[in-house]
Amino acid sequence: MCDESHISKFISHIYKKMTINEIQEEIIEEFAGFEDWMDKYAYLIELGTDLSGLDAEYQTEQNLIKGCQSKVWFNAKLEEGIVKLEADSDAIIVKGIAALLIRVFNNQTPESIMNADLKFIDEIGLKQHLSPTRSNGLVSMVKQIKMYGLAFNHKVNN
Amino acid sequence: MTLDPNKYRQDFPILSEKIYGKPLVYFDNGATAQTPTQVTDVMVEYYNKYNSNIHRGVHYLSNKSTDGAENARLKVQGFINAEHSHEVIFTAGTTESINLVANSFGERYIFEGDEIIVSEMEHHSNIVPWQMLCQRKKATLKVIPFNDNGELMIEKLEDLITDRTKILSVNHISNSLGTINPIKEIIDFAHSKNVPVLIDAAQSIQHKKIDVQALDADFLAFSGHKLYGPTGVGVLYGKEEFLNEMPPWQGGGEMIQEVTFEKTTYNELPFKFEAGTPNYIDIIGLGAAIDYVEAIGLEAIDAYEQELLEYATEKFRAIPKLKIYGTAKNKTSVISFLVEGVHFFDMGTLLDQMGIAVRTGTHCTEPVMQHFGIEGTVRASFAFYNTKEEIDVLCAGVEKVCKMFGVKQA
Repeated sequence: MCDESHISKFISHIYKKMTINEIQEEIIEEFAGFEDWMDKYAYLIELGTDLSGLDAEYQTEQNLIKGCQSKVWFNAKLEEGIVKLEADSDAIIVKGIAALLIRVFNNQTPESIMNADLKFIDEIGLKQHLSPTRSNGLVSMVKQIKMYGLAFNHKVNN
Repeated sequence: MTLDPNKYRQDFPILSEKIYGKPLVYFDNGATAQTPTQVTDVMVEYYNKYNSNIHRGVHYLSNKSTDGAENARLKVQGFINAEHSHEVIFTAGTTESINLVANSFGERYIFEGDEIIVSEMEHHSNIVPWQMLCQRKKATLKVIPFNDNGELMIEKLEDLITDRTKILSVNHISNSLGTINPIKEIIDFAHSKNVPVLIDAAQSIQHKKIDVQALDADFLAFSGHKLYGPTGVGVLYGKEEFLNEMPPWQGGGEMIQEVTFEKTTYNELPFKFEAGTPNYIDIIGLGAAIDYVEAIGLEAIDAYEQELLEYATEKFRAIPKLKIYGTAKNKTSVISFLVEGVHFFDMGTLLDQMGIAVRTGTHCTEPVMQHFGIEGTVRASFAFYNTKEEIDVLCAGVEKVCKMFGVKQA
């Protein structure tokens, strides 16, 4: 038994680096502990407040994802084959969800980002924030992350 | 005798709905007001018993539907006191009504170098159609500013109106600030300079008795869904003298007199402006909504909503760090606000979790937000079926959010 998933699990075990799915499971577990919506959103507010955000120099028009409800700034770069993500928002709850997305996708390879199945948002009951009709910038942010995964993957392989 | 909202709440089944297990508090009436069963029953009855395409039908059902829709036209005529029923054009809503005028009036009367005046507190629907027209015709858009209370500085009209001004288009009530504008004064002044006026009544038709003849308005636009009627239907009132001169905007069935490949002649008013199958069941629903509102009485509705506004304003003023945007002397039951340190999106999201529906963002009035240097607000808009108890729930909700964000409360 030496298929790909075993290998990647083995490698991540060596480097103690969690896979995208493991991080998602961890978040789902964390949120399962909350008894009501207040705790859940209080946690998001905490995450949003704690996320260091983006330096003013990165809060550029180019990095701005503009929804009509809130703004999200988003920056991605490739360092030694690993994707580094940063984000900021003027709305704290949006920033809190962005922090979760960063936790899931930061320091992952372009390929795993590209192939990731994003399920935790749904399972922790925040689906409404990622429905396409929500103009809070998060939907575009997820799309952007995936796009970066695709583009960086192309770069790595060429 | 003050209106008792509890007498009417049962007419609106949605008001008994639970949101995330909590009783719905619906304060987004400025966007869409709820529809009573008196309206939906009529529409269902038409669908179930009389549904058939209107006009030019020989059979019973078609005549029945035609009568329903044309009766609705008479109801609208009476409701706004138009001189003629053919001055009432059915549209898809306020936006389409304004676009109709911008296109058709614009085609006939506006040329290079001409000027159009709107105000700084217009909904985008009363800005963009005119901008598009200005681009097509190389005309100029001019703007009446407002002061920091959210009141139009109509003294500026003296300078703004020139002999190139072809039309002035202004809202009766601001959707984001709640300001009631002195439209009679504006119309009188514009007319003294021979400038016709379009009134965007989207936010006033449900609060104020409107008499287009007493106002001497040249055009007036409103939507059904803000008047407790169905969505997708609206009205353009226009003075016969203008509507007759204006070319049709959209071509199709109903609006023609005779069609050959060489030439088409157009139908008379109002049909000239109603191409295609009209939205007749919604039109009939709008008629039923007018009946409903008239049975309660707009004056009673307005008086009670003013009470709600005063009650809410007073309670809001007591919440620390809360700022109300739009503090005009004459206001309708709309409160736009922000709490220092709390983004409007966060406020709206958390209030939603408590079952409270408010609107957040720019409210399609970005220039208003630019005036105040903000990105958006939270807006609570009250209707006659809302109660003071619901306002208490909203205020408690706002205070709860403040606490979650660590905003210091007294």
